[in-house]
Amino acid sequence: MSGEATVGRRAGSRRAQAIRQTVAAAPFLLPSLVLFAVFVFYPLVRSIWLGFHATDPFGRNEVWVGTAQYHDVLTSSDFRHSLLVTGQFALYTVIPATAIGLYLALLSHRRLPGIVVFRTIFSSTVATSVAVSSVVWLLMLNPSVGVLNYILGKGGVPTESWLTSPTWALPAVAMTTVWMNIGFATIVILAGLQNIPEELYESARVDGAGRWSEFLHITLPGLSPTLLFVSVVGVIFAFESFGQIQILTQGGPLGATNVIVYSIYREAFLHYNIGLASAQAVVLFVIVLLLTLLQFGVARRWVFYR
Amino acid sequence: MTRRSAGRAALRLLAWLPVYGLLAGSAAVVMFPLYMTVVDSLQPIAKFLTFPPDFWPHTPVWSNYRAAMTSIPMPRYMANSLIMATVITVGEVVTAALAAYAFAFMRFPFRTPLFFLFLSTMMVPWEISIIPNFQTIQRLNWLDTYQGLTVPFLATAFGTFLLRQHFMSLPRELKDAADIDGYGDLRFLLSVVVPLSRAALATLAVFAFLQAWNQYLWPLLVTNDPNMRTVQIGIASLQSEEVQRTNVVLAGTIVALLPMLVLVIGFQRFLVRGLTAGALKG
Repeated sequence: MSGEATVGRRAGSRRAQAIRQTVAAAPFLLPSLVLFAVFVFYPLVRSIWLGFHATDPFGRNEVWVGTAQYHDVLTSSDFRHSLLVTGQFALYTVIPATAIGLYLALLSHRRLPGIVVFRTIFSSTVATSVAVSSVVWLLMLNPSVGVLNYILGKGGVPTESWLTSPTWALPAVAMTTVWMNIGFATIVILAGLQNIPEELYESARVDGAGRWSEFLHITLPGLSPTLLFVSVVGVIFAFESFGQIQILTQGGPLGATNVIVYSIYREAFLHYNIGLASAQAVVLFVIVLLLTLLQFGVARRWVFYR
Repeated sequence: MTRRSAGRAALRLLAWLPVYGLLAGSAAVVMFPLYMTVVDSLQPIAKFLTFPPDFWPHTPVWSNYRAAMTSIPMPRYMANSLIMATVITVGEVVTAALAAYAFAFMRFPFRTPLFFLFLSTMMVPWEISIIPNFQTIQRLNWLDTYQGLTVPFLATAFGTFLLRQHFMSLPRELKDAADIDGYGDLRFLLSVVVPLSRAALATLAVFAFLQAWNQYLWPLLVTNDPNMRTVQIGIASLQSEEVQRTNVVLAGTIVALLPMLVLVIGFQRFLVRGLTAGALKG
């Protein structure tokens, strides 16, 4: 038997084995792969393609228009405005939700009788959908019979038509979103607190560290990956927000709450401007991707991982 | 001595009093919006539009809840949501368990690149693909159908990742023993891996159900027929259509929220595990 033949047969049997393995694994992987191909990868490519084409008002007769629509999106003041509004919305939602979540988690982290009840209450808003919380807050924010204006009025603060005021509409929608996201933030931060080893606190106490110093030197560094996770997810949530805008303000007043996803929805499904909406979606995809990568890049530099 | 220790316990409780004060105050603020919704859902409509608002339902109108189940199509909406969320949950658990099994227990070419391909789908927010996906569903004639509501969500990279992590923690010897006993892959998955992974599967199921039940944008796009509306679309649209029956719509809102509150409180342990799966990975 010549050496070459053995090598050839070995390569052949290796190929046969690879084929056998592929055939065995295929039924396990194909259901997911087919669904991802149809509903994730194809739409991504198709969106980019649609961005290069203009259509008639029924979304038909696609005509190649080159980069014109991408150029329009990137230079239009409307889209820049949407981007700015979305950025503000992220700022108004992520920082308060993370801070309140941190406060509620620290408050309910102690071992006290009955603490489970409080933890459950603090995390309960995770059950509320965007539709439920919007309906709930629509009532609270009602300018004439709403509770918020009643309480503010009692406190001598001037009342507002929250959702129809160009100044207050975005903060008001952000407030409903913060309330909805508090539960998620509290749950995740509580779990993060449980992951900080008790010994660190014990040795700090031996060294005579005060509560504030404990918080600064043990709790905060120990929580940094958790806080980063909560804020990354929060920013992504903000960039994907739609329901609360559609229910509470429809993007108004005067575009004050016209966040990107709402703008895409309006262009595509109300104005049938499929090409332009797709170009916006592609730009949104790039932004979300960059934000995620950027935040993880920053994380590697300063977040303390055990 | 006992009196002294009892005194000390009372003293300690006294020391915790400010903390309980903060806890109770914070709980009241967090619950306030829902509390007011419950109060208003029990008001007669005449009382509802008056100022100042009532903070207590002095004459609770319990029939608002009956009206929510009879004079607006809440049962139909609830059924649609239940069907949609159940199909998505079962689908996600099945496809994710199959794929996770392959990644954890099988050897095949391009395993690692394929796993990263799965993970990469998490980087594509759903909102970005709504236009092509709407066109796909339209072309399949799936608008106003349960297929249209569910099929795009039957696979999950997050779930695959979650289950794979758990499957990898199972002892390798199980697989060796199963091979010796001549178990095929599917039989091994169903009779050994699944029973040992109940908690992980429950985590994924709770998560999938909650997400599916609470969906808004996609059901809004693919349903026009009021009979196909999910409960989320239902309450949001009734809220603007039924201004004269806002109290009844609010009762409906509470009814829509209740199952998820029960799910979240009852399965808190699993939910926490699912929510933190990403956070603790680092």
